[in-house]
Amino acid sequence: MNMPSEQNNKPKLSRRQFLTAAGGVTFAVAAGAMGFKYFAEPGKNKKTLPDQEITAWVKLNPNGEIIFYNPAAEMGQGSMTALAVIFAEEMDADWDMVRIESAPVEPDTYGLQWSGALGGPMLTVGSRTIRGYFQALRHAGAQARNALLQLAAAHWGVDIGQLSTEPGTVVDAKGKQRISYGDLAALMTDTETSIELREIPESAWKKPEEFRLIGTDVPRRDIPAKVDGTAQFAMDVHLPGMLYGSVLRTPVHGAKPTLKNETDIRKMDGVLEVVMLDHGVGIVADNYEKALKAKRALQVDWSQDAQAQGYDSEAAFAKYQQLARQTTADSRKVSESGNYSGAMRGAQKTYDLEYRNDFLYHAQMEPLNAVVSVTSDKKSAEVWVGTQGMDGSRKAVADALGIEFEQVKFHPCYLGGGFGRRSMSGYVEEAALLAAKVDQPVKLIWTREDDVRYGAFRPISVQRMQAGVDETGELVAWGHYIAGTGGGLLGSAGKCDYYSLPNHRIEVRNIDEGVRTKHWRSVSHGANKFAIETFLDEIAHDLGRDPLNFRLRLMREHPREMKVLKEVAQMTDWGNAAIPEGRARGLSVTDHGGSFAAGVAEISVDEQYKIRVHRFWTAVDAGIVVQPANTKAQIEGGIVMGISSVLQESITFKDGAVQQSNFHDYPLLRMADVPEDIEISLIASEGAPSSIGELSLPLVGGAIANAFLSLTGTPLRHIPFRPEKVKAILNA
Amino acid sequence: MTTSFKLNGKSIEVETAEDANLLWTIRENLQLTGTKFACGIAQCGSCTVHVDGVPTRACITPLASVAGKSVTTIEGLSEKKLSALQEAWIAEQVPQCGYCQSGQIMQAAALLAENPSPSREEIVNHMNGVLCRCGTYLRIIKAIERASTSA
Ligand code: FES
Ligand code: FES
Repeated sequence: MNMPSEQNNKPKLSRRQFLTAAGGVTFAVAAGAMGFKYFAEPGKNKKTLPDQEITAWVKLNPNGEIIFYNPAAEMGQGSMTALAVIFAEEMDADWDMVRIESAPVEPDTYGLQWSGALGGPMLTVGSRTIRGYFQALRHAGAQARNALLQLAAAHWGVDIGQLSTEPGTVVDAKGKQRISYGDLAALMTDTETSIELREIPESAWKKPEEFRLIGTDVPRRDIPAKVDGTAQFAMDVHLPGMLYGSVLRTPVHGAKPTLKNETDIRKMDGVLEVVMLDHGVGIVADNYEKALKAKRALQVDWSQDAQAQGYDSEAAFAKYQQLARQTTADSRKVSESGNYSGAMRGAQKTYDLEYRNDFLYHAQMEPLNAVVSVTSDKKSAEVWVGTQGMDGSRKAVADALGIEFEQVKFHPCYLGGGFGRRSMSGYVEEAALLAAKVDQPVKLIWTREDDVRYGAFRPISVQRMQAGVDETGELVAWGHYIAGTGGGLLGSAGKCDYYSLPNHRIEVRNIDEGVRTKHWRSVSHGANKFAIETFLDEIAHDLGRDPLNFRLRLMREHPREMKVLKEVAQMTDWGNAAIPEGRARGLSVTDHGGSFAAGVAEISVDEQYKIRVHRFWTAVDAGIVVQPANTKAQIEGGIVMGISSVLQESITFKDGAVQQSNFHDYPLLRMADVPEDIEISLIASEGAPSSIGELSLPLVGGAIANAFLSLTGTPLRHIPFRPEKVKAILNA
Repeated sequence: MTTSFKLNGKSIEVETAEDANLLWTIRENLQLTGTKFACGIAQCGSCTVHVDGVPTRACITPLASVAGKSVTTIEGLSEKKLSALQEAWIAEQVPQCGYCQSGQIMQAAALLAENPSPSREEIVNHMNGVLCRCGTYLRIIKAIERASTSA
């Protein structure tokens, strides 16, 4: 099985800091300046690590193989390879000898750097993986290398100071001898040499100019299995005697089921169990098609008292608009500075415009699914799942079954896309509840219809933008009021630290409607940056200012961001390029998780009022880039998903229920509609690595709307820009 | 019902319900899981296999309809060694999550079998039915172009 992990090689360690292990040597990671946890805190790790005091990132086998334990979910972003590269770089490992396996799901040890220290959740979200492990893994690699140097020094009886490493080898230049890491490992297993795991200060790590893996294009390790069909997604797991599960879920979130024909369903061919859930009815059958058939035959009455009952997303815009327009409202302040009201009053000219966006569905290509096996005494379980939240899913299974976290054996699988949807664990919990009712393993598969209708969506919003300019055309006041349903998902990206906006007020106003919302690639950046960047172009357009110069002026105190914007201007020969007849270009910028990007779209509108994006350029500063080609692939993917979301995608609710069900009514961008070319420039940087996966998507809405404004003189203010909407706007 | 057909070059017989579907039979009964389920309504192409060489959406294909025919899945495309197309896929580092890629490769393989050096427009027309949420389309085009020139 081609899984991202083989859990049977889990390291076992005793109390010494550097230890022998059967058949190999395991290096632990020591506490560093970044607060990385090494020793188990008394009492704390006891529960999850019953038989070991420390745990490890890497194992070195006598045959020279280096097993790296990857703590992050592999959902297409390539971090499984990138994290191993970071470690191997400092260990000075021979890359060809590095193998990657999934780390045990033990968040105290392998959890992400969260508010400063590692030991947070094992959660692959927020484009945090590289930045969240970069320092810790470099340190770990440097420690492993140092331990090998100590071993070699003891073996040869020489001073460690005269030793150095070449990839995979310790070299004694003075004594003219060399030994491979594998040979050292073999020595280690039969000596009693005690090696200290030392603190290696950052000053002793490699300098960026010494990198030989970081910054080069090491091929991704998951790719071969993804071209021959052997990559193991949870959907592909087969276990002896495995049964199949399907769940009918409430169309209106929060409604409760009453099943009217349980006896008839139980009589159906292949049906083994009918399981009542809070939010639906589950079927377990001996075959998936039979489970689906039984699900279709279910007759269920749903309670009519759910909060989401009657919710109508089209009609709701009026409510959000009113809320955004109120001068005072129950708000959460995102940011405030200076004297916003005073500056608005004193402005020479003011602007007051509104931008809207519909709900969006994740549409990860692999529908949600999980395989769970519960022992017949119901005291332990095993789970196979592709999830962004590994410890969260493991806990969800434990809680659903009323057993301990340690009693759940967890097998991480590849994720057929995540985008935020797989950071929830409801689907794993469902699988556990179905499996608990039978004595065989159960594979629960959501249909696409299930996945759409019981989705958790990027929130709908109305964003009211206000600005005041003085007589010189300088922006002196800036207001941004975001109203919708989605709480904290609505407005965290309202703040633009890269623009000088001394008098500003940014607020979020939320109405809880009882519908399901969730982080969706780039979260609030998609909607917020669309409103901000489009509003800026509308002001520039009105003032007769060039959008590039208008932004450069606003960035006058921010040289790093200015450099990125100038780079994209240069790539596109902004202002001078000969643009084909019938086309126009638009510009936008965004930050994300410490990174900054600027983008330009070139568009046209065809006779059917369909917007076509012909070309897209982007410049990016994401600090040190571990894998440049893969980084470009992520940025490209973000742009494609961005174009899809901005031109086509929309989820609507009527009577509390989602109106769409599959790709025929929730269309995704197809090959014919991608730009002919996406050009990406990565700006050389020695800054700490920062966000990549969610960086480029927020550029798209603004860049397309601004190109449209330049082409037609008419603004686009409501995502998505579907042909019918474009037609209405142009003919208005 | 008993259905006899050729799967990846081998004659097989399967015992299923009358209305069994090709995709679920391949994936769950026969445990060849390289062929993916993603929409079930012929909208995404993740389930693409070849039936007598023709790219076919397995999710809407009744098993009975392939009786006596020859079905090839991604596993059958590369039984001995990777095809030039798959090598090109690796060289261009196409997959991200990878879930759509079996379908993409099967669809592309059928194109190259018919038309060894397609134009970009021919590639796009032929591939347009296969969705990729991760946005790998430009690299898919490059990989097909690479395989076609190297072929
Ligand atoms: S699963 Fe068959 S076309 Fe989508
Ligand atoms: S690679 Fe993820 S859907 Fe295509």
